[in-house]
Amino acid sequence: MAQFRTCPDTGLYFHKSAESLIKANAVVGAVFLLVAGILALLVTLTRWQAIHLLPADQFYMALTAHGIDALIFWIIFFEMAVLYVASSVLLRCRLATPYWGWVQFALMMVGSVMTNVAIFQGGSSVMMTSYVPMQAAPHFYLGLILFAVGALIGCFVFFGTLVVAKDEKTYEGSVPLVTFGAITAAIIAVFTIASGAIILVPTFLWSIGYISHIDAEMYRIIWWGLGHSSQQINVAAHVSIWYLIAGLVFGARPMSEKVSRAAFLLYIFFLQLASAHHILVDPGVSSEWKVFNTSYAMYLAVLASMIHGLTVPGSIEVAQRAKGLTNGMFEWLRKAPWDNPVFSGMFISLITFGFIGGITGVVMGTEQINLIIHNTIYVPAHFHATVVTGTTLAFMAITYFLIPVLFRRQMILPGLAKIQPYLFGGGMSILILFMLGAGTMGVSRRHWDMDFTGAALGFDYPGIAYTMMGIGAFGGVIGVLGGAAFLLVTVGSLLFGKKLEPSAGLLQSFGVPLAASCYSSTKPEILPMAPPLEHHDTTSFEAPGTFVLALLLLVSFVVYYFINWKYLASVWPLS
Amino acid sequence: MTSFMPPADRIWWKVPVGRQEIIWIAIALVWCLILFFMMPYWHIYGKQNLSNEAYQTTPAKFGAKVQAMIDQYKVGEEAGIPIVKPPAGSDVYLLGRLWQWYPILDLEKDKTYRLHLSSMDWQHGFSLQPININIQVVPGYEMVITVTPDQAGEYGIVCNEYCGIGHHTMVGKLYVKE
Ligand code: HEM
Ligand SMILES: [Cu+2]
Ligand SMILES: [Cu+2]
Repeated sequence: MAQFRTCPDTGLYFHKSAESLIKANAVVGAVFLLVAGILALLVTLTRWQAIHLLPADQFYMALTAHGIDALIFWIIFFEMAVLYVASSVLLRCRLATPYWGWVQFALMMVGSVMTNVAIFQGGSSVMMTSYVPMQAAPHFYLGLILFAVGALIGCFVFFGTLVVAKDEKTYEGSVPLVTFGAITAAIIAVFTIASGAIILVPTFLWSIGYISHIDAEMYRIIWWGLGHSSQQINVAAHVSIWYLIAGLVFGARPMSEKVSRAAFLLYIFFLQLASAHHILVDPGVSSEWKVFNTSYAMYLAVLASMIHGLTVPGSIEVAQRAKGLTNGMFEWLRKAPWDNPVFSGMFISLITFGFIGGITGVVMGTEQINLIIHNTIYVPAHFHATVVTGTTLAFMAITYFLIPVLFRRQMILPGLAKIQPYLFGGGMSILILFMLGAGTMGVSRRHWDMDFTGAALGFDYPGIAYTMMGIGAFGGVIGVLGGAAFLLVTVGSLLFGKKLEPSAGLLQSFGVPLAASCYSSTKPEILPMAPPLEHHDTTSFEAPGTFVLALLLLVSFVVYYFINWKYLASVWPLS
Repeated sequence: MTSFMPPADRIWWKVPVGRQEIIWIAIALVWCLILFFMMPYWHIYGKQNLSNEAYQTTPAKFGAKVQAMIDQYKVGEEAGIPIVKPPAGSDVYLLGRLWQWYPILDLEKDKTYRLHLSSMDWQHGFSLQPININIQVVPGYEMVITVTPDQAGEYGIVCNEYCGIGHHTMVGKLYVKE
């Protein structure tokens, strides 16, 4: 019989097996964030030319591990937790096949440890992308494959839970929007993992000598089917979390279910094609293909993100105005709970993702503009705005909510928690903005030494490029401190926070069940539909402040976009 | 509230959408179309476009072409690397390998050349500085780009695709003279 407990504070229901799995995945994810953060510090201090901390071999090893531990292991472990929350917890449903859930967890554990071992043994400093024909040790690829199989199983446990929920009628009407967003993420994940298998399995066979040759360009095209699409999983996941937090903190309801869901659907239809924007300056790929894939498809996905960019803050504004915060354009925003890290983390995530990550992404994903950006440090700057201040910060924000609810611990160091999103978001924004600048000056990514020590022929970057890398790295150090503050608060709370009834400790993170007494095998009440809205005036501007913000985004977007065309027009004619 | 609860209306897809969202979607859609049409527009009216010309090749074949050009047009040497000055309008070859760009090209300002790029081993990144033109160089592929250097000077070619421990020493040179 499935065992459930209720959270006395929020009324959420937790299925025992789901609860353990959510905890285990989230905690292991956080451990990888810790590792990745330490490595980030080493990498950042090396790219700060005045400090230049690590020697070349260790720098490339650290950078390979940083990318993989952060972007793959931290993010995907946490996403497994998100999937289980979005299915089992939100739908008040027992998790389908918890046994397979533990297989997911075990495979991902084995895989992630195996790949880390390969990297730190030293023979696999091939970067996250592991472009052939540079070769890593076989267990580098094998670890990634096992990890991916684990993640795939997790997706199927998620889908299975949705089926069970429907079958056992645990909710009325349609699934909630957040669950819908998670479904989007899981569908994209299945596609992604398929691409991953198509390319990583042969690469593994090649590394043990069963296959003699892998075409380098084909590898790039298929690998990015994995590498890019997996970023769409992140986007779908963190947008779902934005909606969730808007609902939790403000009681906000989506401005329009139809619009928000349609926007998620656009992600499924179009985002996957956008892997082309990684190969815009590659040989053997035609312009038509590049333009179609990087744009037509991608811009409808961009459209989707622009829609969420309006409807997420818009729903908050509507909820705030309904509470009487109606003065001027922005009282609703000024009087938002800025000292609640659940909200501030979410809102900083929204702003940095949209204004920095989104705009720079579209600009450099433009076929011709990519010529002046490809493989410069501009690229990591862009994706730190998407996956760090965007996804990671959103995940941090929801963790602040989960600590008391899921782990039943009171948060320690609330003062530190209050400033943590600002520290992390602020520090990373400095890193991002200055690395964007340095990239525009041509500084390359994945590069140990911008002085080119030991090169037969040299080149001198302008002094300003050094300054930008220095200031950026300084911001990176602040960002790492912000990350450390997050781990201190959350892990500290798990260990030392005051227990709330019914309570769980760190051991529960690894599947040790809570005292049986707080569980019962009574099925949770059916999840009702949201209360109906009294009046809905479709002609009024319900969220004027948000509309102004959206126009501000658009203007920045247009200006910055055309500045880059102008810059492109100044380089040598090419055809 | 409804974000984590089933929608209030059972048939939520029939609930009319507010005017504000419709206006925003319309604006955003127009902007997306502009984003899209800028690329074909630039192919027709812009001057910076990559060609679609590329061939499959092998390190041996490509290396031979580079050598033939060097034999014919070598004008000097710098740090042990030949400097070649091929005639304006001709095909010029540049190879990337661990860890150098080879040879040094000496081009004339405002003249057009067909630049062939390939790699002898791993992937490399052709990053022409300070002008900041970046192209992926992939083994097995010979990419041809028609370039017209319109500013004289001495340029560095940084490798910006990670290619192993000596990656940071992989710097080449290119001259453009009046
Ligand atoms: C905690 C603060 C962080 C700092 C200061 C930081 C800093 C950096 C820097 C300076 C680089 C690029 C260096 C180069 O290309 O030479 C880098 C690369 C990268 N970072 Fe971070 N990072 C942080 C967190 C994260 C997080 C949370 C993620 C993922 C969610 C992430 C994902 C990546 C990836 C994927 C790369 C590229 C690796 C590659 O080129 O293969 N970083 N990071
Ligand atoms: Cu190279
Ligand atoms: Cu290189």
